[in-house]
Amino acid sequence: MTELSKTGAVVDERPGTSEPRAFLDVRDLKVHFPTDDGLVKSVDGLSFQLEKGKTLGVVGESGSGKSVTSLAIMGLHRLGARGRHVRMSGEIWLDGKELVNADPDEVRRLRGREMAMIFQDPLSAMHPYYTIGSQIVEAYRVHNKVSKQVARRRAIELLDRVGIPEPAKRVDAYPHEFSGGMRQRAMIAMALVNNPELLIADEPTTALDVTVQAQILDLIRDLQKEFGSAVVIITHDLGVVAEIADDILVMYGGRCVERGPVDKLFYEPQHPYTWGLLGSMPRIDREQTDRLIPVKGQPPSLINVPSGCAFNPRCPYADVPKGGITRTERPELREVASGHFSACHMAQEERTRIWTEEIAPKL
Amino acid sequence: MTNEPTRTNDPLLKVEGLVKHFPIKKGLLQRQSGAVKAVDGIDFEVRRGETLGVVGESGCGKSTMGRLITRLLEPSGGRIEFDGTDITHLSTGGMRPLRRDIQMIFQDPYGSLNPRHTIGSIVSAPFRLQGVEPEGGVKKEVQGLLERVGLSPEHYNRYPHEFSGGQRQRIGIARALALKPRLVVADEPVSALDVSIQAQVVNLMDDLQDELGLTYVIIAHDLSVIRHVSDRIAVMYLGKIVELADRTSLYQAPMHPYTKALMSAVPVPDPRRRGAKSERILLKGDVPSPIAPPSGCRFHTRCWKATEICRAQEPPLLELAPGRRVACHHPENAPDQAPGDPALASAGEAIEVVDATPKTAASPAVPEGPAPKKL
Repeated sequence: MTELSKTGAVVDERPGTSEPRAFLDVRDLKVHFPTDDGLVKSVDGLSFQLEKGKTLGVVGESGSGKSVTSLAIMGLHRLGARGRHVRMSGEIWLDGKELVNADPDEVRRLRGREMAMIFQDPLSAMHPYYTIGSQIVEAYRVHNKVSKQVARRRAIELLDRVGIPEPAKRVDAYPHEFSGGMRQRAMIAMALVNNPELLIADEPTTALDVTVQAQILDLIRDLQKEFGSAVVIITHDLGVVAEIADDILVMYGGRCVERGPVDKLFYEPQHPYTWGLLGSMPRIDREQTDRLIPVKGQPPSLINVPSGCAFNPRCPYADVPKGGITRTERPELREVASGHFSACHMAQEERTRIWTEEIAPKL
Repeated sequence: MTNEPTRTNDPLLKVEGLVKHFPIKKGLLQRQSGAVKAVDGIDFEVRRGETLGVVGESGCGKSTMGRLITRLLEPSGGRIEFDGTDITHLSTGGMRPLRRDIQMIFQDPYGSLNPRHTIGSIVSAPFRLQGVEPEGGVKKEVQGLLERVGLSPEHYNRYPHEFSGGQRQRIGIARALALKPRLVVADEPVSALDVSIQAQVVNLMDDLQDELGLTYVIIAHDLSVIRHVSDRIAVMYLGKIVELADRTSLYQAPMHPYTKALMSAVPVPDPRRRGAKSERILLKGDVPSPIAPPSGCRFHTRCWKATEICRAQEPPLLELAPGRRVACHHPENAPDQAPGDPALASAGEAIEVVDATPKTAASPAVPEGPAPKKL
């Protein structure tokens, strides 16, 4: 049964919600967008948990639902005229509060204070007409009853913390006066101004040069240590997650295909798509004599997601016998080792064999 | 990408002292008040059948260099020689016969295909423009090209918007290869594509090079891609080549401090190497403005090995080992070129490398300061 919630988004009514199991607990999240061409199932049944002080890396190709997930957590799908048509279901628990069915005013109070976001492109995420300082001041004063002077001091303090030189002077600069790396720092300052407990970074370094990327990743890592917040970092770069994440979630076609500790995902991956990602990636740390091993075909359409496993049309192992399971059956996410989940019909021994004998030696 | 040994020893493309300055004009009379020194004196050659990778951060002049050697831009100085012919200042008409031999693949698969033209008309344009009538007709030839780059001949009558990014990049490649060029300059050919698609396109370019004996100049910012595709690599910084070497030696033992810093900044997709972080060289701040590049060695403002001579004197690109050219007074993994020179104050501590001096008054970008303080 679906009914129109007070937020305007159509929400599945699910009785019997149980207590959250982690600081951030996402359960069976679905975000669907009705369009003229059909229903776009951007996120289709996603579950994960994240504790404070930990970093989750979400990887996947464009259109796999990474960013839609992060916007859902921030409660940003409800905004705007088109937000009415979003269909969201499932549960998002943040620090004991459920967000999907919550009152929008309540979510607004949490947004920016308990959870904050860093966007990919700081030039479009910041208002060009206001100074950096006034934008940070606004973010602070929305949640704190303080004078402008106090808020300004806080903004300068934050700009200093994220490594902007002469913060007292720079606070009055406009976004266009900053370089790409500086803008990203300023946006991090803005996100951190209320000491949020959950920080979502959506491709925070994709637009930056590699030397600046290293600075920003270092900064995020330091700040997390200092504030003990939970961090979700969304990226398509496996190098970035290998450096910064504790856990990795691999998304494909709006679903999680594999999730587990970073070490497991790189050394004992259990899903053919994860193998595909590792095989397609040119390596800086070793000389490859072999060719790259690309994943054949194209990412799926989210309107006509392939039935069964969304990866099956591109999977080189789709024809491996799976004990009577047909292609149209959807694989569930099953625990293959402690904290390591994978959604694949192949028997675990078979997958382990393929990885160790066929895939790993070629990487 | 490997290829059969070169047939002749003279290079296919030879570049000497190439310069491109974009004038900055100001005021009512549009008087020139300065220049963006995008490419400021570079020398290199491209051998037949090899892949030369060009790598550097944004604003280092690598794309301008690509547009100069394909003569989409007019050089301000220097000399470009293609297969023995001086093409530096050839007119559009003079270049036309050479366009068959020099082709370009562009970064943006959305912007580089005309949305109003069918794939057939896009890929057959080179034949039309050059007045070439291939055996069996243009349509048959184009369909053959589409097949060769992994598309279907039925795509002939479709429009670009019906294709994904990876497929569009294949169309761009088919167009570039239509006239069987000898030199293909690819400017960020895979950076707009997803990882799995990126690998498909890299492999395709590799196959085509083997099949057609192409020579590539591949421009990219991604050091992992460059390592995979190149035979030799040129590293650029602020309009200059700072190091030019073959792939293996460049990645195993970089000589220029900038190359070393650049490589250590790339995140390694291996979680077990996280412990090795202490080795990382973290460059502070941004690349200075190419309007007023630093004196002497352009990297001295961010270099941890910088000494007085670096500020005063520009290091020449010297061959310090066979096949390895480096422009540095104090190279890594090689004898010091200016021993005993007093260190600059900005050189700072050994590893977590710093530059604190803002020098880019003309730039809107603001250089960053010393390490952030804790709250």
